[in-house]
Amino acid sequence: MSARSQFAAATGTIAALPARLIEPLMYGLQRLVGIKRMPWVFLIPNLTAVVLFALLPVFINIFYSVSGSDRLFPWDRPLIGGANYATLFDCGNYLDPSTCSRDLFWRALGNTTVFVPIQVTVMIGVALITALCLNREIRGRGFFRGIFFFPVMLSPVVVALMWQWILQRNGALNGLMGAVGLTPVNWLVFPNTAFFWSVFITVWAHMGFYTIILLAGLQAIPRDVYEAARMDSASPWRSFTKITLPLLKPVLLVVFILAVIRSVQTFDELYVLTGGGPGSATMLMVQYIYEVGFASQPRNFGLAAAASLLLGLALLIFTAIQMRISRGGAND
Amino acid sequence: MTDLGVVKTGSSIGAFITRRRGRKKLDWTDWLTYVYLLLGLVIMFTPVLWVVVSSFKTPANLTEFPPTLLPYAAETVIVEGHDAPLPLFDVTTEEGETVRLAQLRRVGINAQMIDPANPEERLTIPVENAQPVRQIYLAGENYTNLLSSTGGMIWRYVFNSLFITIVATIITLIMNSMAAFALSKYRFRGSNMALVAILATLMIPATVVLVPTYMIVAQLGLVGNLWGVILPTVATPTGVFLLRQYMLTIPDELIEAARMDHASEWRIFWRIILPLSAPALAVVAIFSILSRWNDFLLPLVVLTRRESYTLQLALASFSTEYGIRYDLLLAMTTLTALPLAFAFIFLQRYITSGIASTGIK
Amino acid sequence: MLRMTLTTTTALALLMTSASVTTAFGQTITLWAGDTGTGGEIFAELAEQFEAENPGVDVVVEEVSYQTLVESLPVQLEAGEGPDIAIITDLGGLSRFYADITDSVDADYFEQEWGQTLGWLRGGDTETTAIFGMPTTLTVNGGYVNLTLFEQAGVPVPEEGATWEEWAEATRQVAEATGTEFPMEMDRSGHRFASLAISYGAELVDEAGNPVVDDGLKAAIEQFVTWHQDGTMPMDLWGAVGGATHRELFSDFLNADTVMYFGGSWTLAQMDTEVGDLFDWAVIPAPCGPSSCTVMPGGGAMTVFSHSQNPDIAGQLIDFYARPENLDYYISNEVEIPSAVSQIENGVEYPSASERTSEALATFIAQIPKMDDAAYRFQGWRYQRAMMNAMTTRISQVLNNELTVDEALVRIEEDVNLAIQAGG
Repeated sequence: MSARSQFAAATGTIAALPARLIEPLMYGLQRLVGIKRMPWVFLIPNLTAVVLFALLPVFINIFYSVSGSDRLFPWDRPLIGGANYATLFDCGNYLDPSTCSRDLFWRALGNTTVFVPIQVTVMIGVALITALCLNREIRGRGFFRGIFFFPVMLSPVVVALMWQWILQRNGALNGLMGAVGLTPVNWLVFPNTAFFWSVFITVWAHMGFYTIILLAGLQAIPRDVYEAARMDSASPWRSFTKITLPLLKPVLLVVFILAVIRSVQTFDELYVLTGGGPGSATMLMVQYIYEVGFASQPRNFGLAAAASLLLGLALLIFTAIQMRISRGGAND
Repeated sequence: MTDLGVVKTGSSIGAFITRRRGRKKLDWTDWLTYVYLLLGLVIMFTPVLWVVVSSFKTPANLTEFPPTLLPYAAETVIVEGHDAPLPLFDVTTEEGETVRLAQLRRVGINAQMIDPANPEERLTIPVENAQPVRQIYLAGENYTNLLSSTGGMIWRYVFNSLFITIVATIITLIMNSMAAFALSKYRFRGSNMALVAILATLMIPATVVLVPTYMIVAQLGLVGNLWGVILPTVATPTGVFLLRQYMLTIPDELIEAARMDHASEWRIFWRIILPLSAPALAVVAIFSILSRWNDFLLPLVVLTRRESYTLQLALASFSTEYGIRYDLLLAMTTLTALPLAFAFIFLQRYITSGIASTGIK
Repeated sequence: MLRMTLTTTTALALLMTSASVTTAFGQTITLWAGDTGTGGEIFAELAEQFEAENPGVDVVVEEVSYQTLVESLPVQLEAGEGPDIAIITDLGGLSRFYADITDSVDADYFEQEWGQTLGWLRGGDTETTAIFGMPTTLTVNGGYVNLTLFEQAGVPVPEEGATWEEWAEATRQVAEATGTEFPMEMDRSGHRFASLAISYGAELVDEAGNPVVDDGLKAAIEQFVTWHQDGTMPMDLWGAVGGATHRELFSDFLNADTVMYFGGSWTLAQMDTEVGDLFDWAVIPAPCGPSSCTVMPGGGAMTVFSHSQNPDIAGQLIDFYARPENLDYYISNEVEIPSAVSQIENGVEYPSASERTSEALATFIAQIPKMDDAAYRFQGWRYQRAMMNAMTTRISQVLNNELTVDEALVRIEEDVNLAIQAGG
């Protein structure tokens, strides 16, 4: 508590300096536009950035998806209608991706729909267990918190290069396995093991983030609720399912939505680690879009944009369903 | 007597571990917790520790298989008549004796060696009979090579990374909190739409809009400029979301009272709301620092000149078309992660208490 | 409202100028060089003389990463950004962005020295005689073999003219006899694979610039897949990595984990320092296929981009670098294969290279006259990179049983046609 107020005091002092200059200016502005329009004054800087660097790119992408050529500027690009979408949907048999002209698009989509549920489930499961452990009255709590959060601070490129180095044929893991008498495995050569490590490494790198959020949620649950449960000699499992889970539900929902969105966006780690291989076993949608639109020559911005809009549509539908479910849950 | 002593220390260690706040005895759930956390410690931390230890290995030591636990280097000796130091080997002779020889040259399965005490006579030894003499050696030259191979540019990279991280974070904090203030403390037409517009951007992967974003940056004339990386990243939707949730919990009476005192809206925001939002600001600051420091793809496209490189770009450039320089890479990894480790140790407690008090609901 | 916008803009403008690192005075020529080998060091050194000859001109040589040259330079050029000059490797693919420097250079001299490679820079346009840049070095794909392992196994090293199958058989025997992990490895690169494919009779691209997927390519892919299935080649490179990602494991050769490694002339410089006298090695003459004994040529070229403010001076700078004494100085310090005809004929001295490295260079140079026309045509094709990416991606899929060889061939053709459509 004291640390927090100290921090607040410090921020206050720093904030006071430029405030001297801005205050009269903003006051003049308030006189000029009137108090009713002040919220817009507060909103405009952020909104400008959002419009310029988030919404405008999406609209440009929409235009890209219906135009051809490898030109960057929209005014240089001829309209070609739905040709890019038609290319993506050009399949001999919709049940077999090998018959599709853009089979990698469908494989990436398939991989993403397998990867996301598995990764999110493992991520939230592990993060929840870790948060529960860290929320107990144990020794070295701060130390353990630090340990679990540390990988979050490493850049994706570093995480990938580090694990690639550990998992390679002559890497540390195989060295360790040889030392204890196990047969070394060439981890990144087999589709199944490569997929396993993709999930493992992304969970390893990001679970600390969700652990901390869940831990915060756990700490917000009043102690006396548990005390009451103990009076009734409820089992730990029972107090978990009857008290912890229901009270944690709102936080879990936030964690769930964030985890899904970030899981769908997974790119850097796997691009460096496997390049989407073996074959296309770990190629996810964002990598497909990156390769088509950026790492190829000539760059097919149109096809990449069409793929990205289909991905966006899928995400939007998912979020809508999610909101419907959570709203339904709230009514119970 | 000795037995008693052992028991005593044993029990005191046991008591130390099993002692806990509140109750005296550990039950099975506590044991489970410890087992889980120790397992987690191994999985989460050994890879990092391995990188730090390996960053002190020589390139030759790094390519060895099976890898050595600690950094080793071959012991060398200077022999008369040879300019370069020669590596030493323990050689088992045919009679079963072990002699220490210096290697001149190795050709496949045989090596030419000499006795440092008697440098005239050359011996041909099968490689399988020779064991390199090694000692623990910390290859600090990985770090000094890093400095020299970047031609002293590393300080420029550090400056660029720091500049981007600090400036972007300050702008993010101010802009996001202004927007959050407007969206939490005013009722006005279009507020829902603005909120939805900001939060919807959460779903746009940066990679997917890389090309249009680059085009806009180019149109603004910011290619190769650090601002070309800062401006596209400042309007973080999570920041607005967290700050707004927090500000909703600040009682409106405070604002009403300030208005009675004829405080301007800006003054209310700057003097009342902002200081009260400090915990949430700390959380947003930490997330912003982490993501800006680790940003990769946008800087890769926008910052094209070496003097505008960030640390992460410099790091990636050690993995070139001609292979990966693991010695430099590992040293650089350790160096880039260190500042964050310190920042985290310093700010750690604000993260949980901060998120807890944002009252995510 | 207006006042706020004004102050913010001014404040922003002030901040931006203070943070920007450019100094755009007078005639500054920016040159990008990749940061491998000696990077831009030698060009920077030579530029001082050019600056002395041309007062008021400032040449800034910048070393950038290979990834920047391949992935972000083209997008920058699209946006009208980027350096005045760069040393690039995708000669045909970027042809749209080159400035014509015919008037700034000694055109006859350029034609005489680089006749064939100048065509690569024209991106398949056979009508024009414009000069778009100066080829800097020539690179040649080739195989490195560990002679010590051959000696220990008692297997004779195949002679010049030996086929890929004979090399595979010989290296298999050596690996078995010596307990070496792998007989053969090849960079995961479409360019390296094209060497094999053309030797097997693949045409890859026809005179009109259309992709050709023929029986030669099919035979090469089938052979390549067999080698991965029977353990002649490890799955680590072509099997494990996906997409168009470039990957190499030359360290396997340096550590004697493979008997033969198919890479290229650019790794020569590191052989003396990294292998030393650990084992005896050599570069082998191009292995033969049923059709020819070809390896792919490659190399960089220095080009001026059309958005440059000073294309004339940039052209003069290139003309300056093209002077025989400057070229020789560059090539011998860089330990590279020269690209100019007179240099190839007269030879270049490499005072810093060891005997073994000089021999290897000679072997590489000896492969140049043997190269198939298809190899040259493929190298100068605008859609070469599209085809190479398609080959790496699809072959990896075949190795992982995602596609059959026939399906892969269909996809490769579709991939390239789609790229032509996008580029057209």
